[in-house]
Amino acid sequence: MSELVTKGAAELGELIAGGDVSAVEVARAHLDRIARVDGQVNAFLHVDAETTLAQARAVDERRAAGEELGPLAGVPIAHKDVFTTADMPTTAGSKILEGWLPPYDATVTARLRKAGLVILGKTNMDEFAMGSSTENSAYGPTRNPWDTSRIPGGSSGGSSAAVASYQAPLSTGTDTGGSIRQPAAVTGIVGMKPTYGGASRYGMIAFASSLDTPGPFARNVLDAALLHEAFSGHDAMDSTSIDAAVPPVVEAARRGDVNGLRVGVVKEFHGEGYEPGVTARFDEAVEVLESLGAKVVEVSCPNFTYALPAYYLIAPSECSSNLARFDAMRYGLRVGDDGSRSAEEVMALTRAAGFGPEVKRRIMLGTYALSSGYYDAYYGKAQQVRTLIKRDFEAAFEQVDVLISPTTPTTAFTIGERADDPMAMYLADLCTIPTNLAGNAAISVPCGLSDGLPVGLQIMAPVLADDRVYRVGAAIERALEDRWGGPLLAQAPAL
Amino acid sequence: MKYDEALAKYEPVLGIETHIELGTASKMFCGCPTGFGAEPNTQVCPVCLGLPGALPVTNHAAIEGIIKIGLALNCEIVEWCRFARKNYFYPDMPKNFQISQYDEPLCVNGFLEVEAEGETYRIEIERVHMEEDTGKSLHVGGATGRIQGADHSLVDYNRAGIPLVEIVTKPIPATGEKAPLVARAYATELRELVRSLGVSDVRMEEGSMRCDVNVSLMPRGAAEWGTRTETKNVNSLRSVERAVRSEIERQAGVLSGGGRIVQETRHFHEDTGRTTSGRSKEEAQDYRYFPEPDLVPMAPSREWVAELKASLPELPAARRRRVQAEWALSDLELRDVVNAGAVELIEATVAAGADAGAARKWWMNELSRRATEQGVELDALPITPEQVARIQAMVAAGELNDKLARQVFEGVLAGEGAPDEVVAARGLKVVSDEGELSSIIDRVIADNAAVADKVRSGKVAAAGALVGAVMKATRGQADAGRARELILEKLGAS
Repeated sequence: MSELVTKGAAELGELIAGGDVSAVEVARAHLDRIARVDGQVNAFLHVDAETTLAQARAVDERRAAGEELGPLAGVPIAHKDVFTTADMPTTAGSKILEGWLPPYDATVTARLRKAGLVILGKTNMDEFAMGSSTENSAYGPTRNPWDTSRIPGGSSGGSSAAVASYQAPLSTGTDTGGSIRQPAAVTGIVGMKPTYGGASRYGMIAFASSLDTPGPFARNVLDAALLHEAFSGHDAMDSTSIDAAVPPVVEAARRGDVNGLRVGVVKEFHGEGYEPGVTARFDEAVEVLESLGAKVVEVSCPNFTYALPAYYLIAPSECSSNLARFDAMRYGLRVGDDGSRSAEEVMALTRAAGFGPEVKRRIMLGTYALSSGYYDAYYGKAQQVRTLIKRDFEAAFEQVDVLISPTTPTTAFTIGERADDPMAMYLADLCTIPTNLAGNAAISVPCGLSDGLPVGLQIMAPVLADDRVYRVGAAIERALEDRWGGPLLAQAPAL
Repeated sequence: MKYDEALAKYEPVLGIETHIELGTASKMFCGCPTGFGAEPNTQVCPVCLGLPGALPVTNHAAIEGIIKIGLALNCEIVEWCRFARKNYFYPDMPKNFQISQYDEPLCVNGFLEVEAEGETYRIEIERVHMEEDTGKSLHVGGATGRIQGADHSLVDYNRAGIPLVEIVTKPIPATGEKAPLVARAYATELRELVRSLGVSDVRMEEGSMRCDVNVSLMPRGAAEWGTRTETKNVNSLRSVERAVRSEIERQAGVLSGGGRIVQETRHFHEDTGRTTSGRSKEEAQDYRYFPEPDLVPMAPSREWVAELKASLPELPAARRRRVQAEWALSDLELRDVVNAGAVELIEATVAAGADAGAARKWWMNELSRRATEQGVELDALPITPEQVARIQAMVAAGELNDKLARQVFEGVLAGEGAPDEVVAARGLKVVSDEGELSSIIDRVIADNAAVADKVRSGKVAAAGALVGAVMKATRGQADAGRARELILEKLGAS
């Protein structure tokens, strides 16, 4: 393994800026690593070395020409295959978009290109971001680098696995119910869900519009903050994007202290139903925070219990409408167009062949929940629960600065283990969903191992207080790495 | 059933839904241009094509347009409302949902007063809401031009995403036999109103204004309304009237034969003047409306609404009252001018220097005739009010007579240039050279000695024949009045 692939993004950025190494050399090291290990991991759906190296060369040329570049210029990145890329196919993990080459870049993609990040490729995901294991990809499951018989989390499992297996120092993901934080937790890396509206959704293929949030993956808190800062901020192309300054996340990640900070443990996300090893690591993290000077109290958020059912009405409802556009008329898969069938028949055949079982399940759930006569009882009621969850957060944040919980109740389960039990699968997002419903910020940072598998600590902050989760995340990262004698990921078996 | 018979037995109730495309420079939710008639699929982008990942952003100018319409229709502009998604599958709907408004329209509870045969009707407006237009399907092959029976269909997405305002009336009862006229008067008045606001060109023939007409019948004296039908594809003011009339006749026939009216969509056919059944609403689609999560709610500030209200131009009703007084028109004359769509044209002509009587004469006679011949609206003729005023100025100065002026109109309309260019190119100046005219008259008198003698003997009326001969000799370019004066002078009859 080349030393270059084990370095973090901030360090790589400095080395490239200092002329110690070129962007091309860094890209090549990562492409080599991908060629060597991705056969075991299946993190990438699309890699095109030539395009990557051309981008890297362009960055080196920009720098040679004296252009002032940002801290991540020349650093490689892997994009979840849900962000449109004008030079690479974008499939959202679905057969229905196989081979689709978008005519435009997502805002996240475009901003990171401008900042000089070099795209290594597109990563695997649960089809249309629906799932918690990446088993719902139409292109085969991604495997957890810690144990390749296990899932890397989902839906952004390709992105978490790519970073955890040193195939990329950074990656993007999207988080609708936990799809960044849960994969980060089970692969032992950092994953952050920014405040809804803090980063643009333009060009991010929609699952559930009111919940979808783009966010960063990295191997340490500072790298995540640098990536967060690089793609965030107001975008006129997204009407739900917030017109406010990006919170000072990089400064907070560098600072990393919790002295005097009030930390609330969510009572409802502790104890029964949680794997003992997860609870043990979480309790240790609480002690660490206290030892660093934080004031930890228990806080009750009674309506969080209803978050999961509310989510499974709202998200499918929105997806049933968002996914209606995949109809074979303008792009993507077309089935049965033999000149004898009507447009309606071709639409139906295409959708039957192009969508996987989980996507169909959610489209049907959502179609039902929005139906005339059921709307008030299902979608309407779920929106009321959403309001109650927001109020729980507001009340909690009057008492404490951040809330904490385990990111997910268990460590990585084995591939196939929950494939036939949607409810068991849905429980993986139990602790992460309230944040999506309320639109606030949350991060998952590694907090140790349970039976040799990573456990994540979730830190939640109010809307637009994204810097706070980086501050706490960096503090606990430093303290724990001192204990472990290095990053948790160093304990992972070699691929 | 015959119309009179139908009205003797039944009382119609109307309802009209009107879609108006706003004339904004860009589409409702993206920056694409909106011009009519461009090559198919050239005014499109990821947003209006509904490509994966694309998101809508509301066009502020469109919201301004709909609020102006709402205010002009005396509506209340709500303080907060949302867009909603209307979900259904159709190939010309890029996202397979239409961004519209459902239970939270932007403008509510207005009214519009219209006049039909001297009687005023107050049409209550239930709501005015904002939505996006769909693309346009062209069904190739098959007899009807509809999707059933077509060989294949082509879709043009240029229209997809053009801002569309939907104006919905409350049920309109008690119009009796005037129902078709009231429907037409409403559509006409609404068109005038929107045109005066400058927010749409409201051309029914291009589809920038489209009416759906709801009609139901109830037995005279009944308390409960009957089942309604909704007639679509009504593409002219005349068709609005005909569609209502035809639907009244049809429904009366069904009801009096013991049948029942099916709640359905019907299509109006210009050629036959009849409606035919479309899809039944009884097996209606469930549109699964829900608030559009990609757009933030609309909350027009009270200050902005007040500003827009203050900025409204003079509305047609007020303008009509004013011009009737200024131009001294009878009610009947005013109605003709209004029905011809000539109020603004005459006003502009007057503003360019013509007197009101002459301006009205040209627009209502000469130009109306030519518009009818060409089958276009008056304001679609290729002549400007300024050009009409210029021609009239030449008439007033004696440089043209009416006959010559008509030739100038002909030239301008044929694209031969501005009035002065037409006059020069066609050599249309009145012969005003007294010497030349005098010698022509001398020749005419010599050639028509018998007539000249009659005039000399006091039969002044006979001079008309001599004037005619002079006009013929000058190919109409003489000033007939001056020629007459000279003839009488020369024959000692003046």
